Amino acid sequence: MAQASDPHAASAPGGDANDGPLTTADGQPLGRALRRSQRRAKRRAFLLVLPLLAFILITFVVPIAQMLQRSFYNDGFSANMPQLSAWFAATERGTDPDDAAWAALAADLTATAEARTIGVVGTRINYDMAGTRSLFTSTGRKVRDGIEPPYREALLEIDEKWGNPRLWSVMREASSPVTTNFYLASLDRTRDDDGNITMAPENQQVYVMLFQRTFGLSLLITVATFVLGFPIAHLLATLPMRRANLLMILVLLPFWTSLLVRTTSWIVLLQQQGVVNDLLIWAGIIDANGRLQMIYNRTGTIIAMTHILLPFMILPLYSVMRTINPSYVRAARSLGATSWTAFRRIYFPQTLPGLGAGALLVFILAVGYYITPALVGGSSGQLISNMIAMHMTDTLNWSMAAALAALLLGSVLALYWIYDRLVGIDNLKLG
Amino acid sequence: MKKTLILTTALAGLALPAAAQEVDLLSWGGAYGNSHLEAYAKPFEAETGIKVNMQDADNPATPIKAMVEAGNVSVDVASVEYADAVRLCDEGLLETIDPAILAAAEDGTAAADDFIAGAVTDCFVGTDVYSMVLAFDDSKFADAKPSTPADFFDLAAFPGKRTMRKGAKFNLELALMADGVPAAEVYQVLGTPEGVDRAFAKLDSIKNDVIWWEAGAQPPQLLADGEVTMAFAFNGRIFNAAQAEGKPFKIIWDGQIYEMEGWVVPKGAPNLEDALKFVTFSTSPAPQARAAEFISYGPPRKSAAALVGNIEGTEVPMGPNLPTSADNMTNALGSNLDFWVDHDAELNERFNSWLAS
Repeated sequence: MAQASDPHAASAPGGDANDGPLTTADGQPLGRALRRSQRRAKRRAFLLVLPLLAFILITFVVPIAQMLQRSFYNDGFSANMPQLSAWFAATERGTDPDDAAWAALAADLTATAEARTIGVVGTRINYDMAGTRSLFTSTGRKVRDGIEPPYREALLEIDEKWGNPRLWSVMREASSPVTTNFYLASLDRTRDDDGNITMAPENQQVYVMLFQRTFGLSLLITVATFVLGFPIAHLLATLPMRRANLLMILVLLPFWTSLLVRTTSWIVLLQQQGVVNDLLIWAGIIDANGRLQMIYNRTGTIIAMTHILLPFMILPLYSVMRTINPSYVRAARSLGATSWTAFRRIYFPQTLPGLGAGALLVFILAVGYYITPALVGGSSGQLISNMIAMHMTDTLNWSMAAALAALLLGSVLALYWIYDRLVGIDNLKLG
Repeated sequence: MKKTLILTTALAGLALPAAAQEVDLLSWGGAYGNSHLEAYAKPFEAETGIKVNMQDADNPATPIKAMVEAGNVSVDVASVEYADAVRLCDEGLLETIDPAILAAAEDGTAAADDFIAGAVTDCFVGTDVYSMVLAFDDSKFADAKPSTPADFFDLAAFPGKRTMRKGAKFNLELALMADGVPAAEVYQVLGTPEGVDRAFAKLDSIKNDVIWWEAGAQPPQLLADGEVTMAFAFNGRIFNAAQAEGKPFKIIWDGQIYEMEGWVVPKGAPNLEDALKFVTFSTSPAPQARAAEFISYGPPRKSAAALVGNIEGTEVPMGPNLPTSADNMTNALGSNLDFWVDHDAELNERFNSWLAS
């Protein structure tokens, strides 16, 4: 870097040996002195950004990486059931459990019951086979008092579910901490007894549909914010300063208001006994029995999210429009373009960087939106983020939440890449 | 002999002035935390001289897990939900509590017989019972009033929208009870695929008229706004709206589904001995009854029910408003924790898929 930035320094050492290398006043080669001083400057600059770098690493990169690791790594079974895991590792898939396997199972169950980690093991197996957590915990309570060989008969005596071949297949899956099962489940797929990938039962398929809905609704909301935001941004950019400032406050005020307040005000406005319905009845447009259902469904989600995300479209558009020289459009007009042609071919293309930035912001925020759909979404306005929240807080299946979040992150990154190919990320202007 | 022992213990207690005697208590804050402070902490301090330091958490189970795993426990007793207590206990994060330390009822009934079924486990002693109940806006039904779970599903006789918690838990049980399954057999039926189908079929019959709530504050609000005429909600929320704000909300106790909260002692609690004393004191009948006067959650001890007086600050008896009152328990269902830890994910996936279809 240092050499490249200074042609003399670059050429000096290898260049004219006759003249000798260029030197500084105190006789040092110029190139080395320059490199040294630049290195010092760079080090100082690095020290300046170091706190920020550490902050981002500690609060952003590391937690996200840890969370994403959970989506494919879960050692709840393998770490606590070492003997049985070893037996699985030593045998082929499809091997019927022999005496050694049953003995390993009994030994591991006793150990985990003593250490009170059996809940962790049961929870891990329960992710892949519902109804088994209590099998582990209740068996654990019994084996804590001692278990005698033959172990197979003893365990089947406690609960005959231990003989279920599907349970053994699931335990074999779980005996390796690295698994793709959470990703499969996130795509409504599961494994059958032989370990082949199949579709989940139809009445449990929900994630693929929610992913589609999330992206569909986000796209719709992005388009809606564009249609609503473009004229406002244009007005803001062209009005005289004083009036524009007033209008700007109207845009920013909701932006500064709490998200929850804005969401609940939409509930007050849109609910069946709400302001909008009352007005429509008063105006005689609908009658009292025909009150419109505008909230607790998809309509409510779209309206509330469009309003909340609108400033993210207006602000980048506005900042780009401010810089567009009005004489271009005037020139186009004077050369005979109609106002529509002048807009379409001269003005609009110049707003693209702002539009790109706004659309990307709104879309990415909408894809991960959680609280608004949770409050106003009802049954048809739920998004994938609501399922992630459910797995985080209710079922405590963090591996599943991580897998869903990773898929969401992956698809957003893919979209970003496509955007970069089509529009070019250099054309993005955030303000 | 026994007397001398008590005497020497008492003397020893005197000899060691209450130097570092204290208990750190982690509770939920709000009206519920206040009931712990007034009914348990203050009388305990007055009686034993052991200081109780109250702290609040959104859900005490979360910090306990973090503390024990990090080996830095600063809490002696915590109030957690039953489900969390079982989970934490299974993961080995709690001290076991010997049921022998629990106080007998005033008439001499042993604690084991006085607590309702399931209120005392290896690591957990119940302090109160809350429940999911049906409630309706009295002003919306002039003639016949709804009185059973079946009425909740009868849109012809009792028109208007309903609100239910968004999730499989509670709703499937209610649907089965409305379909004629007695409370005692609900989980047996729900354990079979046909039973689950039957529950969803019943929910289907009102699906288009349900607004789904997520936060506990929503159902009373929806009732008050006239958005719904009937709600399936936590009893405390409905009680508060009716009692404190004078709303015309009535609770249907038939088909209530109750759950428990109670004390746990985190593994490695610094003041274990005093913590257990606090557990003994606070779960004895009189403080239990006192706590119920502050908040409409019932004591899990049968002998405490008769001791419950008026709602704090009023002349209205609290007894009939508690989930545990004998009249309210005639067709009540105890939420089955084992069932839900086993089937939570599966049934919620199905529920969400059903919701979206």
